[in-house]
Amino acid sequence: MSQPPSITLHVPEGSESDGQEPSPDNERALHTSFHQLILEQSSLIEAGLELELQERGRESPSHLAIPDACAMAWPEPGQGEEHPSYSSASLQILASMPSRTIGRNLGAIISQYCNRTARLRRQCSRPPLQQLCRMARPSLRQYDLETDPTRATLEEKRRLLVKELLSLSPSQCSHMLLTMPLSLAEKSILRRQLSGRRGPVRQHAHHWSPFSPCGWSKVCVSLGCRGLWYRLLSLLRTAQPGHYALKQIGGRFGSSVLSYFLFLKTLLMLNFFSFLILLAFVVVLQAVYPTASVSPQPFTGLELLTGAVTMESSCAFLQGYFTHSLLFYGYYSNVTLNDPCTSSPQGSVCPFTAPLLPYNLPLAYLFSVGVSFLVTCILLVYSVSRSFRESVGSSTGDLAIKVFCAWDFKVIQRRSVKLQCENICTQLKVEQLGNAKPSDPNLASALSIAPLGPAVLQWDKTLLQTQSGFGSSAAALLQELLGEQRSRSHSQSRCQCLGHCVIMLLAWVLALGSVLGCVLAVHYFSEHMHMVQQGQQARGSGRLQQEAILLVLPLVVSLLNVLMPHLYNLLAMWEKQDSPVTQVYVAITRNLILKMVILILLCYHWLSRSVICSTEECWETCVGQDLYRFMMMDFIFALLDTLFGELIWRLILEKRLKTKQRPEFDIARNVLELIYGQTLTWLGILFAPLLPAVQMLKLLLLFYIKKTSLMRNCQSPSKPWQAARMSTVFITLLCFPSFLGAAAFLSYTIWSVQPSETCGPFRGLETIYKSGKRWVLVLEKSNPNITWFAWVYQHLLENTSLLFFMSVALIAVIYFNIQVVRGRQRVICLLQEQIANEGEDKVFLIQKLHSVYEQRHRRS
Amino acid sequence: MGGSASLIPRDLLSEYQELTFLSKQEILLAYKRFSELLPKEERENACSARVSKSQILTLPELRANPFQHQICHVFSTSESGDDSMSFEDFLDMLSVFSDSATSDIKSHYAFRIFDFDNDGILDRKDLEQLVNCLTGQGEESQLSSAEMEQLIQNILEESDIDKDGTINLSEFQHVVSRSPDFASSFKIVL
Repeated sequence: MSQPPSITLHVPEGSESDGQEPSPDNERALHTSFHQLILEQSSLIEAGLELELQERGRESPSHLAIPDACAMAWPEPGQGEEHPSYSSASLQILASMPSRTIGRNLGAIISQYCNRTARLRRQCSRPPLQQLCRMARPSLRQYDLETDPTRATLEEKRRLLVKELLSLSPSQCSHMLLTMPLSLAEKSILRRQLSGRRGPVRQHAHHWSPFSPCGWSKVCVSLGCRGLWYRLLSLLRTAQPGHYALKQIGGRFGSSVLSYFLFLKTLLMLNFFSFLILLAFVVVLQAVYPTASVSPQPFTGLELLTGAVTMESSCAFLQGYFTHSLLFYGYYSNVTLNDPCTSSPQGSVCPFTAPLLPYNLPLAYLFSVGVSFLVTCILLVYSVSRSFRESVGSSTGDLAIKVFCAWDFKVIQRRSVKLQCENICTQLKVEQLGNAKPSDPNLASALSIAPLGPAVLQWDKTLLQTQSGFGSSAAALLQELLGEQRSRSHSQSRCQCLGHCVIMLLAWVLALGSVLGCVLAVHYFSEHMHMVQQGQQARGSGRLQQEAILLVLPLVVSLLNVLMPHLYNLLAMWEKQDSPVTQVYVAITRNLILKMVILILLCYHWLSRSVICSTEECWETCVGQDLYRFMMMDFIFALLDTLFGELIWRLILEKRLKTKQRPEFDIARNVLELIYGQTLTWLGILFAPLLPAVQMLKLLLLFYIKKTSLMRNCQSPSKPWQAARMSTVFITLLCFPSFLGAAAFLSYTIWSVQPSETCGPFRGLETIYKSGKRWVLVLEKSNPNITWFAWVYQHLLENTSLLFFMSVALIAVIYFNIQVVRGRQRVICLLQEQIANEGEDKVFLIQKLHSVYEQRHRRS
Repeated sequence: MGGSASLIPRDLLSEYQELTFLSKQEILLAYKRFSELLPKEERENACSARVSKSQILTLPELRANPFQHQICHVFSTSESGDDSMSFEDFLDMLSVFSDSATSDIKSHYAFRIFDFDNDGILDRKDLEQLVNCLTGQGEESQLSSAEMEQLIQNILEESDIDKDGTINLSEFQHVVSRSPDFASSFKIVL
């Protein structure tokens, strides 16, 4: 049949089963034995080949598609280019080597999976004794399968595979079947054979089994229901939120821009979980048992209407109506919903805390915030680890990866496909340029045709288009640039190097200086605004005016956040980074530093209460409101950015400059903005429990607005963007400075900042943390059976040594893992060496084979 | 909708669910899309009908793809070699290009798609054809022969581990496994 008639290596069994490799001394002997063997086998091989070719003609051509592909392909003179001297017979043997048949031949695939299954089986159970000697060399075992004439047919192989599969557990078996690269028809044949052999007992495990009598008897009744259900399912599929939008984006812009939207979706999910927890345990209860003390200001519909339109009244609306609402900390009471379990509504709640204990709202508040942080932390760590696993081991400068993995099959629009082609082409040319040595004769021609350095590529895209037209001036300019680049990459003079370093240093100094300037500006500005506000209050000016002043600081901060990245882009243009990847990283670092430093300053102000919220009675509410305002401002600026950065810019480009160019979607900046918004949400979760809901709303709106703007205004990105790696970077950034920073801020607030005296669930306590302590004492008193709990609390949770031991254990685990990874790397190195050796062996054997044929040819 | 009258039998549906990486919803959607490709009178038994290659290539997901012919060729089980597709072939294709397919199976089929002459290895001709597909048909976007030569040489140097002048399946899978983007880009969403 179609499996290759390979050479059975009857190497003396003793040396193999002893597990010893032949020493170099008898290597020559071994080689001659191979020679003998080849001589013996060659007649057999030829017979086998003929047989195979006949068989292959008869075999279903689906997998060979062109019957006798190898018979047709190999004797062609063109094919012989790699081994020009080889005769067609040896080439045929080459073509039927297992490593080559596996890529095209059904039989070979089946055998390979048979072997894999056998290996899997051996892992689960001890193999029978007769197989042990074969186990020693799986490759030899495969040879057995391939050559044994009794197992020659496809049918036989299938049977063998089924036999192997039967020895696995059902779940392993179905997974194996699933992951086989066979056609569905082939798989279903295998499955039928499997279920036939396995019998009804095992069948029972699958509740959906087609043979279950239940299924058959109800066929008539269920048909109608099923039709309805199926239609509903397919409806659900199409109506899945964002599914179609994501497909559209992927179809037009590829994975890079899609990664932004996927990131947005992840954030949405994180917020959803936080929101759900807070809603269920705090907000709903507070809403059901509202505090009667504060009468909210009358809420007129007009306020909401105008609030949605103008900023000033939005603030007023915010201040007036929202201050005493579920949105902010101050509204929540410190009541304990007593009367445990007697009145019906609490009955459902009280088992949550402890039996026969009242529902303590402050505690619930604290725990909900804590649990939502914990859940977020787990989800984040999980996604970080997953994305690390996906992106680990990737290397950048590999041409082969560029070629094999470059095509984004998601892209379906004709225009985008064309753009993708062009991008790949330029990338390949640039890469080529980087790889080739200057003395290479090929380079000269390559250079004259594709004089595109990375610097040029990122520097100006329009230049690229003029270059494709081969304008003379453009070509000259490009030659010049090329020379510059060449000299930079190869014979960089010391002076140039120094100049480049100085420019880099200057750029960084400028960037950091601007960050410092921004922070100082925000600091003094907030102090100034504080003075102004106090003056206004003293004068008793209108409420509207007072509220408007509150909005100024968020406005300034958001303005800085929007404008500074553009300054950094200018800096990047000036310093001309070598590779686009470094450029992206540098831009991300600078933006991140700016945002983090400003946030740290704001956090300091909030907690020290020196400037912001100093005069308020309920400073938590004030901080919550401030965060809410920052978030709203951030959203408004994101919208403005979309409007001006994308829509207006496109109109200018189209109408004024008359180019076909469109603005590109800046993924890095947009993702950083998302991270910033999320940080604000996390910072504010204690002060405004419903902030995740607001954030969710904001993200949803942003998703559709950004999508619409993208579809209308932008073109697909021209820079190479390693989507997987970049999303790893972003999720790590979300985890490390953003989430951990927010967690640190909140922990500090809970542990050592005194909550307000007159409002909120923690009024009258020294710190928020004390409420937990008090609860433990209450618990101990109320039920002496659970004193152990108090003991655990006192001795384990309050004790720092436990924390110390835990961190030691964590470090030990990390160290252990690092060592494991190092060991694996060494093994990989050794294996690579071994593969190289095997490759040499292979070449040697091929040559030997060839010489055998030569001799035979000469003899005959 | 003529296709809505006919349904996939329950046992077949469960079998497909077990043997492919698709969920029930995805299979149903695929069925709907597939029966839309068929002429009205054949929609009743869409499970056994075959759709011609030209018809398959009208799908928006494949229309602009430069590898469309190879994809049809690899997934078709047609006896006559006309690359027509049955519903099972169609499901096969979607399964391999789906979200949940393992990168192992994806790289296997990617290899077969890139293996233009179907001889089980990627040789220089295959690589040249592959690069031409990637860079498009336009005059200015084509690589010159010298560049092509150099490029192929570099690719072979990087990925031909056993130095036999060609890239076989395992070498290909080795290269592809180092790229984190492969699994996400080798995807077609219906």
